[in-house]
Amino acid sequence: MDFSNWLWLIPISPLLGAVINGILGRRLSKSVIGIIGAGTVALSFVISLGAFLQMLQAPASAMPIIRNYFVWIQAGEFHANFGFLLDHLSGLMILIVTGVGFLIHVYSTGYMHDDSGFYRFFAYLNLFMFSMLTLVLANNYLLMFVGWEGVGLCSYLLIGFWFGKKSATDAGKKAFIVNRVGDFGFILATMLIFWTFKSVDYGQVFAAAASFPLEPLGMIGTVTAICLLMFVGATGKSAQIPLYVWLPDAMEGPTPVSALIHAATMVTAGVYMIARSASLFDRAPGALLVVACVGAGTAIFAASIALVQTDIKKVLAYSTVSQLGYMFLACGAGAYAVGVFHLMTHAFFKALLFLGAGSVIHGMGGIQDIEKMGGLRHKMPWTFRTFLVGTLAIAGIPGLAGFFSKDMILAAAWESPNYGHILWAVGLLTAGFTSFYMFRLLILTFFGEARYTHHDVHHVHESPASMLIPLVILAIGSIGGGYLNIPGYLGFESAESASSSMEHLLMAASIAAALTGLAVAWLFYVARPEWPARIASGADAFYSILTHKYYIDEIYDAIIVLPLLVTSREFLWKIVDTLMIDGTVNGIGQVIRSSADGLRHMQSGYVRTYAAWILAGGVLVIAWFLR
Amino acid sequence: MIPLHWYLVLAAVLFLIGVLGFFLKRNIITLLLSVEIMLNAVNLTFVAFSSQHGLISGQIFVFFVLVVAAAEAAVGLALVIAMFRNRESLNVDRSNLLKW
Amino acid sequence: MIQILFFFFAALAVGAAINVLAQKHVLYSSLALIVMLTAVSALFILLQAEFLAVINVIVYAGAIMVLFVFVIMLLNLPADPAGEDGSDRLRWLKLIGIPLGIFLLLMVGATVWNVSNSTNATQMTGTAQAIGQSLFTDYLLPFELTSLLILIALMGAVVFAKKDL
Repeated sequence: MDFSNWLWLIPISPLLGAVINGILGRRLSKSVIGIIGAGTVALSFVISLGAFLQMLQAPASAMPIIRNYFVWIQAGEFHANFGFLLDHLSGLMILIVTGVGFLIHVYSTGYMHDDSGFYRFFAYLNLFMFSMLTLVLANNYLLMFVGWEGVGLCSYLLIGFWFGKKSATDAGKKAFIVNRVGDFGFILATMLIFWTFKSVDYGQVFAAAASFPLEPLGMIGTVTAICLLMFVGATGKSAQIPLYVWLPDAMEGPTPVSALIHAATMVTAGVYMIARSASLFDRAPGALLVVACVGAGTAIFAASIALVQTDIKKVLAYSTVSQLGYMFLACGAGAYAVGVFHLMTHAFFKALLFLGAGSVIHGMGGIQDIEKMGGLRHKMPWTFRTFLVGTLAIAGIPGLAGFFSKDMILAAAWESPNYGHILWAVGLLTAGFTSFYMFRLLILTFFGEARYTHHDVHHVHESPASMLIPLVILAIGSIGGGYLNIPGYLGFESAESASSSMEHLLMAASIAAALTGLAVAWLFYVARPEWPARIASGADAFYSILTHKYYIDEIYDAIIVLPLLVTSREFLWKIVDTLMIDGTVNGIGQVIRSSADGLRHMQSGYVRTYAAWILAGGVLVIAWFLR
Repeated sequence: MIPLHWYLVLAAVLFLIGVLGFFLKRNIITLLLSVEIMLNAVNLTFVAFSSQHGLISGQIFVFFVLVVAAAEAAVGLALVIAMFRNRESLNVDRSNLLKW
Repeated sequence: MIQILFFFFAALAVGAAINVLAQKHVLYSSLALIVMLTAVSALFILLQAEFLAVINVIVYAGAIMVLFVFVIMLLNLPADPAGEDGSDRLRWLKLIGIPLGIFLLLMVGATVWNVSNSTNATQMTGTAQAIGQSLFTDYLLPFELTSLLILIALMGAVVFAKKDL
């Protein structure tokens, strides 16, 4: 059976699920909703897997597989198809999206079981799957943008899922608006692409770009401008500096949402886009440098904030921002395949960590503050074990998936032509931070004495099987994912690899960073638990800057939000809308009313006046005819 | 032989008198009388033209004008009676309830 | 000869018409109108429309004007001019209306002044036979409809003039 003929079903299947659950969901039972929701994704996964395996055996000449379904826009010179492209990159992405997505759908049947908006949740989740799959399967920039917008919309819907809570709706709005700023960059990039290459189709654009000259650093040529604008879009969607501010707030949404959208799939759309546009970025080293620097900067910045966070989900959120920084660092160093490799491993362990956190929250009856936890490993053994696997993976402990991908990133950074060593150092430091805060999280949550009272939490229980099984599967993926030669499969050759001794030295450095983080975490929270408090009070100012997230939200508020609000309220609303527009419309009404008020005096009621009018009119008409 | 236009001018003069009477006088019955004058002037025009062209249809038309004038006078006078009963006055300016 | 008759009856008609407006009491106006109708009937005879002349006198002067007189009598108007109470609020109408009317007259007059006579003026007869022939063949339908009209006018007049509707 030729799976490539069924490509269209991969996004359409969850779309159908969304429609059915959205329209009929109120009347269906929870099990039916769950089966539809998860089943459609499972179907997509099966087809993706089949297409993927088929593609592995296909000869290179048959690649990439393109299916154009219909002509979407044909306007003068502009031509955009509704078409899908299946190659190694998109094949891997659909597997990740549908695979992790399916596990999270199953998890959600357990997690959201007591929620009254159960059907709505699955409808939105399926809609998200549709948008994301369209994004990665698209064969032109415009269709990718459709998916791009769709995932932004679903993110808004799902973050604000509990719409009764003001903080949730605010977070949803923030996410959407900040994303919009990035989308503006993406749109400009698409227009520039069309203007330069006369097409938005991947095949045509990349073929044409290969013949463009290499643009030197420091000069912003056309291709550099395109790449920079696309990167602006990526910073919005993938939460890099300066547009990352929505991701921590997005933790207001249910935990499966955080796992799926804000860890495994949506936030990786930016990385995917850059990897897809590799041909363009290769022509613009300046843009690549910007990507690498922003990625590295974001990585350490977010990691530093995560050091002091006390909400279990916020730690993971900042960790996500930081790990995304790593992916961009890899792409910026020219090693796109390594970035995608880290995308895949990150999808596994971050989803695992989020789902584990969800399990903890579920078991603790809604508490998210790790200061109120402790000693949970006895009460929730399976959650603990899988969370441990995830922590080891993200920290880069050798043997697990995270180690392989992170190590390759650091190696690629070292090899990077511009400022490579500085980037490597930043990455290494971030790795140390990552290890530290993750182990801190693990220790404070699962080890030590219970810091919660029976009054706070009535009955700490392990989660049901529907939630635990996905955790176990993801844990297996976190371990074994690194052994598949994904970079090689994606066509990565470490061509400018240094001598093997250098490689070993770098590997040793990253292992050392990971172990140092683990040791310091053990020191601070197991051996000498009074030290953190002492350090915090000692470096008081610095500590408070960190806990307040460098006051970035406040700065944005003052510089951007407040002026906009004031302008909107004082000028645009009070003057333009109320005075000018309403004034004009009401003014027209007033003019008509006044003129009618004047004209009505014609109706005096006196017959003789009417007769006079008749006479006047008659004279006029007769004069006209007799002229 | 009387030229046609003498009759037409005469009819025009009569019509003018009728028109002037219509909106210069305030008595309702005088208004109705002025309407009769106007109708008569028109009748004269019709008959003059009918005699001029030798067609009988002009006079037929006068016949119908006469019938309509009769009906209108009857109904108009009935209205005058009703109005007089309500207002005790024949001043047409008193009947201005349809004003703005 | 015929012209003298014409001028005489024309002057009588115009004079009577002016008298209609000039009289104070409405009864005298009605009588003046009767005189005008008679003069116009005479002019009809000069135009060889005998039947119409007679009909004019019988129907118009004889029935309609009598109806007017009866109504005036019914209203029991006092001796002083009824209806001319108070000053005229619409005096300005005179200023506008009279020039307009004279303008109309001049316009029409200037236009018809050049209407020429045709030659077959003497062939026309307005006898009862001629009218009847045309009325009951070509114009039968309007004739029947006028009977309906008169019926309606009759009912209307009765309804309006009733004391209690």
